Order: sequence, then structure tokens, then C-alpha cells
Amino acid sequence: MLLTLLAVVTIAIVRQRSLFGVVILASIYSFLMASVLIVLDAVDVAMTEASVGAGVSTVLLLATLHLVKTTEMKRVRPHLLPLFVSLGTGAVLVWGTLVLPPFGTPDAAIHKHVAPRYIADTIKDTNVPNVVTSVLADYRGYDTLGETTVIFTAGIGVMLLLRKARRRGRRDDAETSR
Amino acid sequence: MFAAAAAAILVALALAIIRAIKGPTVFDRVLAGNSVGTLAIMLLAVVGFLTERPEFLDIGLTYGLLNLIGTLSVLKFFRHGDLAYDADSESKS
Repeated sequence: MLLTLLAVVTIAIVRQRSLFGVVILASIYSFLMASVLIVLDAVDVAMTEASVGAGVSTVLLLATLHLVKTTEMKRVRPHLLPLFVSLGTGAVLVWGTLVLPPFGTPDAAIHKHVAPRYIADTIKDTNVPNVVTSVLADYRGYDTLGETTVIFTAGIGVMLLLRKARRRGRRDDAETSR
Repeated sequence: MFAAAAAAILVALALAIIRAIKGPTVFDRVLAGNSVGTLAIMLLAVVGFLTERPEFLDIGLTYGLLNLIGTLSVLKFFRHGDLAYDADSESKS
């Protein structure tokens, strides 16, 4: 049911002509996606989806909408090849899921590898009561360190770009007012 | 009982999304988006009780805050045509 609604919203986003409506529908899409993730029992991912997708990216899309001009393109002739390629890829992926073990079975291959060790040794090794936290911050500490480094670098880059643009804008303002 | 509530919430979600897609004016869409957010919070709470983990309610609170921010920013954009409206005087004070 939720997935049907997701598909309906996606088609509506593609067919929507007003950009403002697209922003609202994208926010709705994020909330639906978060609900799907909650039903799948991934509350932390759902949390991220709701905060980033519905909160921040709505604001960012609106700001972009304000900054750029909009021009309406002519309706393009529908291409059939990309449709077939994507449908074929989707069919292959669905065919691949047929051999996967059913969702949530404890003896799937992914639950046999390191997960029992994490669950058994978390308290002894790290003294953290939450297993997910201990895996992210301790067992995969270097991985998380790398991720934060990447995000930090990206943030610095964006800040430098924005600062340069703003300074130039201010100088232009001063010259035009003179 | 919680299953019936979840089904009712799903129906309400479908109705809100129909309004968001058809909505002739922007305000219909904003209102529909806001109610979808609220229904997502309710669905979260109901699913929490269905799986007997009522601590999902805390996450619902966070969702509520996010929903408020989203709707406020949309409405502010529509009122002033600018998200940074009056930001200069606020940052000076």
C-alpha cells in the first residue's frame, strides 16, 4: 500500500509542470519513504530520510527555486530505448531477489558472518549498550572517521565557494551604487 | 485495534496525496504536504504500538519538529518570495 502510494507520487512528480508542486510532492515522497523504512524496522535510516529529505532538502529546493529563473522546455518526444533499458534492469534485479532468503530470517548469510561476534562481544569489548552504535563508532571506527572526513572536506569546499561569491557580489553592489 | 487504526491512516494518507496531486492552488498542496507529515507521525506511533515498542513516540516528536520547519519555510517562501527575508536585521541584532 505504501509502495503503491510511493509509485503514484513518483509519477506525479515527473508529470507535474509547476516546480513549486514538485517541491511539495518531493517532501511528501520523503515522508512516505520514511514510513516505509519504519515498517521495515530501520528507524535510524527513516530518521535521516525524514530530516534530510523532508526537512533540509525542501528548504534547499525552495532556495534554489528562488535563485534560478525558470524556463519551460518544449515537450520532448518520448524515447523508448531508456524505458526498455530501465525496465530490463528492474526485471533482472527482481529476478535476482528470487534466490535471496526471505526477509528477516535469522540464518541468512549476512547474519552468519560477523554479527554474532558483535552481539556477543559488544559489552565486553566496548562497554556500549547499543550494538549499532558500537559497530559504527568502534568496530568500524576508521570507516566512520573516513566518512566524517569526506563530509568535513565537502563542507569546507562549499563554504569557501560561497564566501568568495558573496564577497564578489558585495563589491559589485558597491560599484553599481557609486 | 491498532491494525484498524493503521489501515485508517493509510486511507487518509491516500486521500491527502490525491489532494496534493490534484490540488489546484498552492495552498492545497502545502496543506496536503503538512497533513502527510502528520499522518506519517501517526503511522509511526501506531506501528510502534503494533510492534510493542512505544519508544517510537520519541522519534515521532522529532518528525513533528521537522514537519513544522518544512511547512514554515514553504509558507515563508510563498509570502515573501525569499527565504532570507529580513535576515540582515536579524543577524545584526
